[in-house]
This record gives sequence, C-alpha cells and structure tokens, in this order.
Amino acid sequence: MLDSAEEPLVRVRDLKMHFPIYKGLMKRQVGAVKAVDGISFDIFEGETLGLVGESGCGKSTVGRCVLRLYDILSGSVVLDGQEIADLNGPDLRAKRPEMQMIFQDPQACLNPRMTVGSIISEPLFEHKKMTKEERRSKVAELMDAVGLARRFADRYPHEFSGGQRQRIGIARALALNPKFIVCDEPIAALDVSIQAQVVNLLEDLQDKLGLTYLFISHDLSMVRHLADRVAVMYLGRFVELAPSETLYTNPQHPYTQALLSAVPHPDPAQAGGVDRIILKGDVPSPAAPPTGCTFHTRCPRAIDICKKDAPEWRQIGDGHFGACHLID
Amino acid sequence: MTSADKQVEAKNRSLWGDVWSQFRTHKGAMVGMVVFSIILFGVTAGPFLWKTDPQYLDIRAKNTFPMISCFFTGSQIAQCFSDPTSIKFFDPDAEVLERIKVTWAHPIGSDQLGRDLLAQLLQGGRVSLAVGMTAMLLSLVLGTVAGVVAGYFKRLDGPIMRLTDLFLALPLLPLLLVIIMLFRDTLRNAFGPETGIFLLIVFIIGITSWMQTARIVRGDVLALKEREFILAANSIGTPSKRIITRHILPNILSPIMVSATLGVATAIITESALSFLGLGFPSDFPTWGRLLFDGTTFIQQSPARVIWPGLAISLTVLSVNFIGDGLRDALDPRIRGR
Repeated sequence: MLDSAEEPLVRVRDLKMHFPIYKGLMKRQVGAVKAVDGISFDIFEGETLGLVGESGCGKSTVGRCVLRLYDILSGSVVLDGQEIADLNGPDLRAKRPEMQMIFQDPQACLNPRMTVGSIISEPLFEHKKMTKEERRSKVAELMDAVGLARRFADRYPHEFSGGQRQRIGIARALALNPKFIVCDEPIAALDVSIQAQVVNLLEDLQDKLGLTYLFISHDLSMVRHLADRVAVMYLGRFVELAPSETLYTNPQHPYTQALLSAVPHPDPAQAGGVDRIILKGDVPSPAAPPTGCTFHTRCPRAIDICKKDAPEWRQIGDGHFGACHLID
Repeated sequence: MTSADKQVEAKNRSLWGDVWSQFRTHKGAMVGMVVFSIILFGVTAGPFLWKTDPQYLDIRAKNTFPMISCFFTGSQIAQCFSDPTSIKFFDPDAEVLERIKVTWAHPIGSDQLGRDLLAQLLQGGRVSLAVGMTAMLLSLVLGTVAGVVAGYFKRLDGPIMRLTDLFLALPLLPLLLVIIMLFRDTLRNAFGPETGIFLLIVFIIGITSWMQTARIVRGDVLALKEREFILAANSIGTPSKRIITRHILPNILSPIMVSATLGVATAIITESALSFLGLGFPSDFPTWGRLLFDGTTFIQQSPARVIWPGLAISLTVLSVNFIGDGLRDALDPRIRGR
C-alpha cells in the first residue's frame, strides 16, 4: 500500500484524535481519551475498506476524523489530492460535497421535523444553486435511486420503517454525487432481512456510481461480503490490514484470530471442531492504554517484549500489514 | 400525466393545511381560540360599541351592583328590565326592605367614584393584552436567543448562563424602582405619558422574565446538539446559523410554546402589580390588573369588582394556554395525522 504506484483517493497518515478529560474545580485537563492513536491507511478509488473492531475501539472516530467532523489532533488526511486535516471554515465546506456519511441509527440521523423531501434536498440547498423545481426533480431522482416511492417526499421520517429510513439517509448522502462515503455501521440498527437489502443497495450504488466506501462495522461476515480490504482495529490502533480473503483465511495477529474465531458458523455441527479463542477481561481504558503492545493484557500468546515495546506497523505479505512481535 | 403522477399531485397537501386540520381536532384549542377571539373583539371593538367614557365620574351612581344581582332579588325579573331602580328587597341583616342599587347605565356595576366598570374593563383589556403579548414576545425572544446561543456555542455558555443567574438573583423591586425613576420622565417626554409608560413596562417585564425560558431552551439545545441529525447537517456543511434555524429551533418549539403561553399570564399579573405599586400606568388609567387591585378594597361590599377583571385575566390566560397547547401539537409531525 505504501509503495503503490496508483494514487489513493483517501490517504491517511499517523492520524491522532484525543479527547481531553477535564476534572476538578478549575477544569484542568487531567488526561485524554486516546480514541485514535496513530493510524495510517489508504483507500483507492472504487474500493471498499472494511473497518472492524470491538465497541469503543475508535472505529467511528476514525470515520468522523476522516470526514473532518472533528478537529483532529495531528496527522494528515488527503482526499483526492488535497490535504484536509487543517482546512477550516469555507474551504472545508467547499470540500464537503466530495465526502459524505451514512449513519448508524437511521432514526436519530433524520430531523423529525423535516419532510423526507427537505431532508434529501438539504445538501442541494447548501451547495448547489438550484431552483425549487430542479431540487424537486433531483430529489425524485435520488429517491428512485435508493428505491423509495416519489410520493413519500412529503412525509416525515417517523412514518417509515428502519430500512426505509436508512434509504433516506443514503439518498441524502448521495445528493451531491460524492466520491467517498463513510458508512458508520449503517446496518447495525436494522433487522437481518433489511440488512441484506441495504447492503445490496450500497453495492449496486457502488457499481453504478463508482463510489468509494469506508465501511465501519462489527459484523465480520458482512464486511467479508462487502469489503475489498479489511482493517482490524484495537484500542485506537490498527492491528492488521489485509485484502479481505487473505485476512479471513490467514489472519496473522492474535486479536484478528480471536475475532474471527468468534464468528458464528452457519452449520454448528460442522464447526464443532473449531477452537474458539476466548479473550479474557475487558478492553483497557483508552484514557490509560497499556504500555507496549496495547493488546498484551488480553493476548493469549503475549511474550515479555510485548509489555515493553510497541510493535511496529509493517508489511508481512502482499498488501498484508500487521503490528505484532510474533509475526515473522 | 399518468395516473400515478396524478396521485402524487393529490398527495401534495400544504404544510399549513395539515397544521390547521390537526389544530381543529384539538377541542381545547378551538374553545380557547373562540374565547380569545371574543376577548380580542371585545377590547378592540368594545369601546366603540359601549360608548361610556371609562374616566367619567357618575358620582350619583357610585358603587352600583351588576345587573345580575337584580335577577337574584326575587320575582320581579320583568321589573329589572323596565325600572330596576324601584326594586326593593328584604335585607336579612338590617331587617328592612332595601332598594338595590342597580342601573342599566352600568350593566356590570361601577366603582366608588361612579366610573363604569364595563367601559373600564373594555378599555383596560387593550392595555393589558398589549402589555401581556409584547412583553411575552420580548422575553421569549431574549430567552430563546440567550438559550440557543449558550447551548450551541460552548464558549459562550459560561458567560451567558452566569448572566442569567445574575438576573435571577437580582432583587426585582429595587431594580424596578431605579429603572422607573431614571427613565419614566425621559420616556414620557419622548413618547407621551401613555406610550412612554407602555414601552417602559414592556421593557421591564421583558428583561426580568426571560431567564426561565433561557434555561429551559439551553438545556434542550444541549441535548439536541448531540443528536445524530445535527452531526449529519455538519457533515453536509450546513453553517451554524442554518443548523440553528433549520434543525434546532423547530425541535425546541414545545418548551418555547409553553413558556410563551405562561409568559402572557405572568406579564399581565406583573403589570398589575406594578400599577398597584404606583410604578405603572397612572391611577386613572384602567388596566385589568389595576381594576383587580382597586377592587380588592371593596371585595366585601361588591365582589363583582374583583370578579370581572379576575375573570377576564383568567379567561385570557387559559385560552392562550389552550391555543399554545393545540399549536404545539399541530406543529409536531409525530402527533399530527394521528
């Protein structure tokens, strides 16, 4: 990835996002939650990068940092050749149409007081000079594209099912013809049957419009189905990144192995022989991460060096990266 | 045009049409609106229909009772219409036949100086309603702006909320005395005695009653700001001012409505308290609050003098409250159409 000749659409280098903790009467800063602590990756045009990890490991924060919904602490985010990590105000606003987001909770991400039509046309209103009729016809087009009936444009979000609401969110994200979309667990709040519909819709749209996704999820099977490459995250850092098939068939990092062993098998009888790696204990607090390799407190194969030195992020195969002392 | 398109067109009802049809289903709101319209019509058109001068001293007819009391004296109801002054009734306390003091010239009675209560009530309602509404609007605007700004912009939260606390902690009466002493004459000279005092009172009530609204609004904005649809608007690139007008304000409509309707009541009462202390309108200038306070002295002899203005204030407050309630429901798309 680092030596690739092709210029990536999104290039993230050493991204850090710390949330300060204030305490006491004087509101002094006593520490920071290191939600994202030095992450580098590329996303190439037209591909889907899956991002998986436990709850609270910083997946969503990565997505929001890449979209500059937070002011990042340090690092570089290049989108389509332009550095956006230090953009602000009108410059950042001008860049917004190229990058959009699909949210986890389709109920919460739609303003309950706005009609579907006005929700979908909000980005058009903000960035395009369009007459009312033009906006209306564009909204109708978008609703067709995501499989919503045009006559729903005057209805309110609460009148829809979860899947339909997610389609509204997708239509809004598509309104400005973005190149890059961050999908922040878009299927986590949906029924399984609806999940498939939404994922298929996302795939169709990618084929049709050549979109690039950063697909954040904790559903490993869905990520395997959808993503070209997958990154595994633990406590603010990437532990492994590999092409989808490589990661699922030949995981190198003990954490990835543990995660994959927890994926339910469609036929339990057949899966009887598989050893589950059970991780003990909780995820350490990101405000005070362990020294050395952050995973050593729960790693079943930890050795002495893991407690002292943080493993280096390095290439271990064709497009396969990892950070572990045990990988040679 | 295909049939499907026609169906689309047919479904396009206007937003305000929906709001109105929902509002009409709210019985309380409809009753409130009828009552409020009557009151409004009474105070605007009333003085033209009932031409008695509210300031005129008809000293021979002082302390007359409302005509209603005539109907309770016994069997001479017909006489009430023809010649009410000749009616006598038996006073059980004095054990003599007494003449009841009623006259059609003062259908709901008169005060101790013979001023007609009906004319005063109609005239006073104009001032009271005007003060109530404008003061409510002023305090609402102040409170909402302060609350939204404090809730939305983290840096301003501390200063604005401490200012709010400061206003809450201010001893109101000394403040009012100082303000009125400083500005009454200037305003009187600039705008005339009545408009000047009106502006002063509206201003005073407005700047001393916005704090509750500000606190409630700030709390709601803080909660709302963390919702995902605000984040979505940020990711679209909507600037702060439009996030506030498009996403925040419509969603804090309910608490604003509630404080608005309650604000009318407080403003009317506060105005009357000010008049009572001699800080408000001149004593010969009738307002509902003024009539109420003047009447309390005579509550034993003629309770009607307290009942009429009290009823007017209560009905206004109640009807405004119900209208606000109905409006709040009608503006909420989740309740509408259910």
